[in-house]
Amino acid sequence: MTKPASGKISNIVLSILGVIFLIFSTFQAKADDHQNAHAEESFNPGEMIFDHVLDAHDWHILTIGHKHISVPLPIIIVDRLDSKIHIFSSSKLAHGHSHLGYKLGTEGDLKGKIIRESNSSTDGILDFSITKTVFAIFFSAILMIILFLSIAKSYRTREDKAPKGMQSALEPIILFVRDDIAKAAIGSKKYMKYMPFLLTIFFFIVINNLLGLIPIFPGGSNVNGNIGVTMILAVFTFIITSVSASKSYWTHMINMPGVPWWLKFPLPLMPIVEIMGMFTKPFVLMVRLFANILAGHIVILGFMSMIFIFGTINMYLGYGVSIISVAFSVFLFLLEILVAFIQAYVFTLLSALYFGMALEEHH
Amino acid sequence: MNLVTPGIGLLFWMTLTFLILLFVLGKFAWKPILQSLKAREEKISNSLALAKSTQEEMKKLKADNEALLKEAREERDQIIRSAQKMKEVIVSEARQKAQTEADKIIESARENIQNEKMAAIIDLKNQMAELSIEVAEKVIRRELADLPSQKKYLDEELKSLNFN
Repeated sequence: MTKPASGKISNIVLSILGVIFLIFSTFQAKADDHQNAHAEESFNPGEMIFDHVLDAHDWHILTIGHKHISVPLPIIIVDRLDSKIHIFSSSKLAHGHSHLGYKLGTEGDLKGKIIRESNSSTDGILDFSITKTVFAIFFSAILMIILFLSIAKSYRTREDKAPKGMQSALEPIILFVRDDIAKAAIGSKKYMKYMPFLLTIFFFIVINNLLGLIPIFPGGSNVNGNIGVTMILAVFTFIITSVSASKSYWTHMINMPGVPWWLKFPLPLMPIVEIMGMFTKPFVLMVRLFANILAGHIVILGFMSMIFIFGTINMYLGYGVSIISVAFSVFLFLLEILVAFIQAYVFTLLSALYFGMALEEHH
Repeated sequence: MNLVTPGIGLLFWMTLTFLILLFVLGKFAWKPILQSLKAREEKISNSLALAKSTQEEMKKLKADNEALLKEAREERDQIIRSAQKMKEVIVSEARQKAQTEADKIIESARENIQNEKMAAIIDLKNQMAELSIEVAEKVIRRELADLPSQKKYLDEELKSLNFN
């Protein structure tokens, strides 16, 4: 990394090795074809990827042979039929077991959901479980609280001194959010009111994106690639926009000045478009973040799956492909680190822009 | 668990967590951090302004000092010059005064001497007169004491005297 020349050379060496492996393994594949008659445990990449990117009631870490290692998480069920709250560990529902008449669905839309054993439906079950995503949200929230309270403390104790450690690492980002997002989009008069929200969503998105890139517990959860999470973030932006909107924002929405009468009657076209726009803005925020992070996770896992897809055809082919897969995954991981910041920036900037638009006074 | 249909549990926990996070961080982290950042920025800009104004003040002070120094130097020169002039005046005055005084003293001394001399001369004259009278007396007395000779002298004188 320090010397670009040596990095280039090692890249070339790696690619040559990869090609050799590929050629070698294809020959080997032909030779071993008849020996591989007994099918190994089938590998379903789609299932593996969706198991990862979707929410789950336990936190699966790895599987050795037939032994699954996972962190059990609490299941909280509010049952509206018997008006009771049931709390138990998800390990009681593992491997298709049932507990208190509940079990985990395995097929189709019900896969991974808690269903009644009796009729295989979710009727009347309100699932407030601490799922994988919820656990990851808690974890990141606690991490953020510890991190930023300690930074706030060092601002108090190291008053009038140069920032140090974590404080100096995060201060440029805080200043960036303040100067280049809040002040630029909202204006230097009213930005201060929105700073806590903007900083919180920025760091919430960044930290969860970065934690999502760490492959092992407690990282690796697909938090911002879960539409529920981005929905709540977008709803907060929507609520704050609507609450802080000025009078002229609403008058422009309902009755845009300068619109000719034939556009208002018989069909008030502009208000319809404006009100639709009011909802599409947070909707787009929600989908953009969700889709970007989800896609990142899926693509990295897709490259990883390629190793095993080729590996089921032939072991050596799997080894050969692994070099390319790992190289691409590393590239994608680096790209995802960039995306983690870009998406946080975009979400925060657009939220700030919406606040700025809502506050604007037209003359 | 579906991709685009979030469960109610997740929405509930996410909302709750985010609200708590917003509250805790807003109150205990962002507020003090932003405040101290603002305070620091203000302090820096104030310090810079102060440094600039101090520099200007220093410049002004320096100019003032130089002007003052120049003035002081001029004043010193003037004082020295005037002192010199005064010295000359005083010295010449003193010299003149001393001269007249000396002249006066000499004059009076001369007068005194003259007077003394005259007195002495008069005294001497008087004394000489007295002395000559005394001598004359003494001589006369002695002459008169020798009567025969006197008689003889008178006889001789009378003899020579012709009653014409």
